[in-house]
Amino acid sequence: MLTSLWYSERARSWLMQALLLAAVIALFSWLAANTVANLAARGIRVGYDFLWRPARFPISESVIAYSPADTFFWAFAVGIANTLFISVLAIALSTAFGLVVGLARRSRNPLAAGVTGAYITAVRNTPLIVQLLFWYALTTTALPAPRNAWNPIDGVFVSLRGVFLPQLSLTGDVGNFSGLGVAIIIAAAAALVLGRRAGLRLRTSHVVAAALVALTVAALACGIDISATRPELRGFNFAGGFRVSTEFTALIVGFVVYTSAFIGEIVRGGIDAVGKGQWEAGRALGLSERQTLGKVVIPQALRIIIPPLTTQYLSTVKNTTLALAVGYPELGLIVGTVINQTGQAIESIVIMLAVFLSISLAVSLFMNWYNRKVALVQR
Amino acid sequence: MTSTTSVVSAPIEVLRPPVAPRRSAFTLLFGDLASAGITVATGGLLVLAAPKMLEWAIFDAVFVTDDPRACQGAGACWAFVADKLRFILFGVYPPEEQWRPLAVIGLIIAGVLMTLSPALWGRRLVLGWGLIIGAMLALMWGGFLRLAFVPTSSWGGLPVTLLLAVLSLGLGFPFAVLLALGRRSAKPVARVLSVFTIEIVRGLPLVGLLFVASILLPLLLPADWTIDKLGRTVAALTVFSAAYLAEVIRGGLQGVPAGQDEAARALGIPYWKTVWHIVLPQAIQKVIPPLTNTAIVMVKNTSLVMIVGVFDMLNAGRSAATDPAWPAPYAETYLFVAAAYFLICYGISRYSLWLERRVRERDYR
Repeated sequence: MLTSLWYSERARSWLMQALLLAAVIALFSWLAANTVANLAARGIRVGYDFLWRPARFPISESVIAYSPADTFFWAFAVGIANTLFISVLAIALSTAFGLVVGLARRSRNPLAAGVTGAYITAVRNTPLIVQLLFWYALTTTALPAPRNAWNPIDGVFVSLRGVFLPQLSLTGDVGNFSGLGVAIIIAAAAALVLGRRAGLRLRTSHVVAAALVALTVAALACGIDISATRPELRGFNFAGGFRVSTEFTALIVGFVVYTSAFIGEIVRGGIDAVGKGQWEAGRALGLSERQTLGKVVIPQALRIIIPPLTTQYLSTVKNTTLALAVGYPELGLIVGTVINQTGQAIESIVIMLAVFLSISLAVSLFMNWYNRKVALVQR
Repeated sequence: MTSTTSVVSAPIEVLRPPVAPRRSAFTLLFGDLASAGITVATGGLLVLAAPKMLEWAIFDAVFVTDDPRACQGAGACWAFVADKLRFILFGVYPPEEQWRPLAVIGLIIAGVLMTLSPALWGRRLVLGWGLIIGAMLALMWGGFLRLAFVPTSSWGGLPVTLLLAVLSLGLGFPFAVLLALGRRSAKPVARVLSVFTIEIVRGLPLVGLLFVASILLPLLLPADWTIDKLGRTVAALTVFSAAYLAEVIRGGLQGVPAGQDEAARALGIPYWKTVWHIVLPQAIQKVIPPLTNTAIVMVKNTSLVMIVGVFDMLNAGRSAATDPAWPAPYAETYLFVAAAYFLICYGISRYSLWLERRVRERDYR
């Protein structure tokens, strides 16, 4: 009986798995016991109570309002908002720029193909953090002082103190207008989604045009006027206008330059993967090169591009943590600061890991959904 | 009687596809409106930017000087890089002992040269790399045969970068194989554990893992275990590379036909022998290009250790540039460091292309 159990493959398999599970549980309980002992020895209390105490450290820039009197909870929220903000901005700009790079890379124009080829090779073979530090060094050493700021377009000043843009502001019945605006946008989106579902043949461009007309009418009705405050040189710095910090400028330039090269290669790979016969068929039907590209090749390339593009988007989100190397307060930098200030290392790192895992999960769910949407419908 | 049979006496000539017309350089550059626009835009950008860059990098640059004040001009200060070269390459390693990190770099180059030819791949090469890594660590540490002991806190520069890359890939590989096998295993416990490990590590930024290693690891281990910063960093990089390598190897395992495994089982070969002698060699040969890609990614990723204060080449360059005697030559330093990384990564990618072509030509299976 026992020998037959010993030679039974199923019994062995279950035994092995039970041992593996036991080993993993033992490892984790050992780590937990160590941690409890270490925390007791150092007199650290674990818990998330500290989140409700005032943070008392400054954050140099944030997309949502923050002051040192706010709680640690809010400081983390600011970090998350900054991370999401640079992620979204970097992804949007790199996608647009990367598409151009990919098309230029495989264009017949030798100048365009050569320049983008050199750019892609140089950027892909050097670490992102070195590139970020390089751009940051350029913005902090090579840009002129505010007095001789570089003035590429009227009202825009580029200097050591950052990039200054005219600030747009609305005057008139802004409250009512923003309410109306939100209502119009929701109505347009609802019309598109519900109308499609009801089987109406609504054209997206028509709905958008209607929404724009409605917005203009609403603006006229509320007496909305757009005014711009231009930055002006006062003493050693600019006053007024909208300031984009040098850290932020260096970051966005660095991320977009880096990510576009990767997206460019993905786009090129996707287009190359579409069969040559598709181009020839397009030509045989009398389509021009550009029509073939836009109506025949790119829709098919999209299906090939989406999985690697998802991976690239995810790594871009994860790459934003490198922003802490140039001192931009994204989540990683906030976590580091909070650990320094409070010693609540476990809690802070758990927050950071949880945030990134949820972002990764959300992005891959969204891209999987989109991938299913554009996938070939097979009968 | 007229014959109605049609016998083809000569083979019908195969029609070649029409040859695409050769286009002159002028047509390519200015053939149509869009092309001309692209040419003018790219060319204009080059004409505007190139002279300024050349002026900065070459014509106005200071190449040789001992006097930092000579670098106050508008050009690049390459003399600074030359002056600090030893510091950037070897960090704060004791100057009179710096032949040791130099020998370490030599050892790594020797190991890489040994690995280049697929004909030499085998158990002996793995053993050779083990010896090389052992020799490198021994050389860096010292403390025997009248070699002075140098703690890891004094290691720095290029050897640290190379050691981190080699160690994280070398140590990560066996774990990666286990994770990949676990993920494809029919045993639910192994599968779930592997999937969790791989997906969690891949869902996290490397900076997060480095934080865990440098801040949390001392809390998780018994108080009397002291692992220094470099060791903890290697642990984080190893876990990271293991998860990414595992996904690559899994791709290779999927490409091995199920018949191979079944044939081995029919012959009564035990599981681990099947894996080691039959499945893995075929799986790995299928994924050589993505494996070299992961190697490039890991070489680039070693630069992130700067964030937790490990003194790799980038960190050494950055602290060299803070020398107040010189006028902030950050851009030059980073360009130099970038060039060093470029040489390594571009080398690996060219090698991978060569290997791929060779595999395709010889059908190296």
